[in-house]
Amino acid sequence: MLSLLYLIPLLPLAGFVINGLLGKRFLSKRAVSVVACGTVLLAFLLSLGAVFSLNNLDSVASVPGHLEVDQAAKRVTLTAAQWLSAGAGANGAAFTIPWGFTLDPLSAVMLLVVTGVGFLIHVYSVGYMAHEEGYWRYFAYLNLFMSMMLTLVLGSSFPVMFVGWEGVGLCSYLLIGFDYHKDSAADAGKKAFLVNRVGDMAFVLAMTWIFTAFGTLGFAEVMSQVGRITPGVAAGIGILLFIGACGKSAQIPLYVWLPDAMAGPTPVSALIHAATMVTAGVYMVCRCSALYLRGPEALMVVAVVGALTALFAATMALRQNDIKKVLAYSTVSQLGYMFLAAGVGAFSAAIFHLMTHAFFKALLFLGSGSVIHAMSGEQDLRKMGGLKKVLRITYPTFLIGTLAIAGIPGFSGFFSKDEILWKAFGHENAHGLGGPVFWLVSVVAAGLTTFYMFRLVFLCFFGEGRMDHETAHHLHESPRTMTVPLIVLAVLSIIGGWVGIPKSLSLGADLNAFEHYLAPVFEPAAEAAGEAAGGLSHGEVAAGAAAHGEGGLGLELLLMALALVVVGSSIALAYRFYRSHPEIPKRLAGAFPTLANLLSNKYYVDELYDLVIIRPYVLACRGFHGFDVRVVDGAVNGVRNVTVGFSHLSRYFDQYVVDGAVNASAHLTRALSLGFRRIQTGMVQGYLSLFVFGIFAFVSFFLFWHR
Amino acid sequence: MAIPESHLLVLSLALLTIGVVGVLVRRNVIIILMSIELILNAANLNFVAYSTRWHNLTGQIWGVFNITIAAAEVAVGLAIVISLFRNRETVNVDEMNLMKW
Repeated sequence: MLSLLYLIPLLPLAGFVINGLLGKRFLSKRAVSVVACGTVLLAFLLSLGAVFSLNNLDSVASVPGHLEVDQAAKRVTLTAAQWLSAGAGANGAAFTIPWGFTLDPLSAVMLLVVTGVGFLIHVYSVGYMAHEEGYWRYFAYLNLFMSMMLTLVLGSSFPVMFVGWEGVGLCSYLLIGFDYHKDSAADAGKKAFLVNRVGDMAFVLAMTWIFTAFGTLGFAEVMSQVGRITPGVAAGIGILLFIGACGKSAQIPLYVWLPDAMAGPTPVSALIHAATMVTAGVYMVCRCSALYLRGPEALMVVAVVGALTALFAATMALRQNDIKKVLAYSTVSQLGYMFLAAGVGAFSAAIFHLMTHAFFKALLFLGSGSVIHAMSGEQDLRKMGGLKKVLRITYPTFLIGTLAIAGIPGFSGFFSKDEILWKAFGHENAHGLGGPVFWLVSVVAAGLTTFYMFRLVFLCFFGEGRMDHETAHHLHESPRTMTVPLIVLAVLSIIGGWVGIPKSLSLGADLNAFEHYLAPVFEPAAEAAGEAAGGLSHGEVAAGAAAHGEGGLGLELLLMALALVVVGSSIALAYRFYRSHPEIPKRLAGAFPTLANLLSNKYYVDELYDLVIIRPYVLACRGFHGFDVRVVDGAVNGVRNVTVGFSHLSRYFDQYVVDGAVNASAHLTRALSLGFRRIQTGMVQGYLSLFVFGIFAFVSFFLFWHR
Repeated sequence: MAIPESHLLVLSLALLTIGVVGVLVRRNVIIILMSIELILNAANLNFVAYSTRWHNLTGQIWGVFNITIAAAEVAVGLAIVISLFRNRETVNVDEMNLMKW
């Protein structure tokens, strides 16, 4: 089963090729959807098989040059083909990059999330896109995305991952701009692509740095040798990688593309801009955990940026009126949580939250898609209301998603968020920026999250309908292809968190299966970094946290209760603002107009970027254009003018000197002939007279003078 | 009784002069052709005279050749004149100015 690993990205790619080449002319909509969903389902089943094989790794033997099994790290590396090879590397080794795939617990989790959620969203899309133009194109892109995302997840080295990284960026661009005839969608696609370029450039720089430092780019090789570089270099590489992650995962300051990306079809927002692609940055940071632990400064940056993003994105979501924009800012905020977790060294918590977030955020996006479907395309929350009476499946599933993201006990979000909060609280570092600060920021963000999510639910599903008569008449529940994925995801959103139950709730029994499952990945990484550094390491952090936990079970429960109080009061506040006293928000906005405007306009960040980057850039472009027109074109034109001048001179020379000489000889001849032709009288006797005279002259000359 | 060659030369000179003057001053092509014959015969007379003087027969033979050539020349000349007359109905050389510039 494990030697079939290479088939997992290949199957959706085959779907892409089939749908992309044949979809437009030869395949019916039904055939297109069967191909698209079928290939992803097969990939999912293969992934399941591969992950089961990974659990029974003892029975798998290495095949030299093809399948390498590392029992200790629970890692399988499949070399599908040789890809790049050139010369000698920095340390004398030849530069070879195999097209390899790695399966370890970390990529196994991602694999199941991507293929599983991806399959559900494919099925959902069949219903959602049923009446759209370019059905085949949509599914071809979606399949290409799956293929690239799986390449990203499974890649055994930075370059292979980078191929997937760029591939998902491309698909994101293509799918955001799916309605390319709409300017807003096309612009949003471009914006996403360009902002991602900033991060990708940092990623490339990091890769080159890694190669100069290690002489190799394979994950396993690099991560086991982190001791060879100084913490400073590790931090530098880590920060560059993190800038790449910021672009892909929409963190401050590169988050601006994600809200605009909502111009794409809603299932795309669910798959790419909530569940999978945007989490690639978190995955990459976790994949490089050893590198980050070697350079703790970089981890600090990750944690601070993550915490700030979690907080600010949550505030930005408060006054959004587009149902998808609220969810977009929510996604940015939740990704901030994941980075915060990674930044405090709790990589397994980050991946745990990544997984639960994939479930409930995909659910929320698909639910919002179902709402939009029912509302005949309307996305404005102010025009909704009272939908729970009509959307009898969408409403309860959406509510489950909301409870999960709010962190209500029992739902998946509770477990993952609680783990992050607890790890953040226990975090200590050399900079004095203690864990409690991170904890406080996270709790405030959690409160804000709960508030805006319940605002969304109240505005959308409760109260009186505010839509116009026509839309109200057309209200309907979505078809079964859309509701079944909602139900499945709702179930996952509830039970998804049960794999990571914290010690404090299990009365000391160790039930955190998820952390144990990922331990073979993160513990050797921490050891590799710790051995070299002898300072801060994940092992010690974990040990510290554990010690903290031994004496602090009560503390953990207290913090949990505090967080729950914040969440509960947020729900109450949202109820008061948007259900029982709907005039309060307006009054508050009237009382604090500056703050209200700031939030409504998302802190004017887009405007700031416009002012600081785009305008100067456009100005510079204009300047360069002016330089081009005046100096470069001027030089070219100058050369042209000089040439024309010279050619004029040359013409005059030709005309007057060369032609003049020719004409002068002609004129001379003519002038002479004017004289000589006089003797050509045509009178024979005249000629003869001259002739006779000539003879006399000659004879006389010879006879008398020629002596 | 030998005729002194000075006589012959004078006669020859006289014939030449008459011929040349005739060629130059007459307008009738026929007369001009006849004058050319006079010039030729003046030359023939000179050949014969000097042949006798130097006892060399080459001169006499040359004279015979000249007569032959003169006959041919007259034949050609008269043919041209007739052809010309047919075209222009004149034998006046002043009216034959086709080759004038």
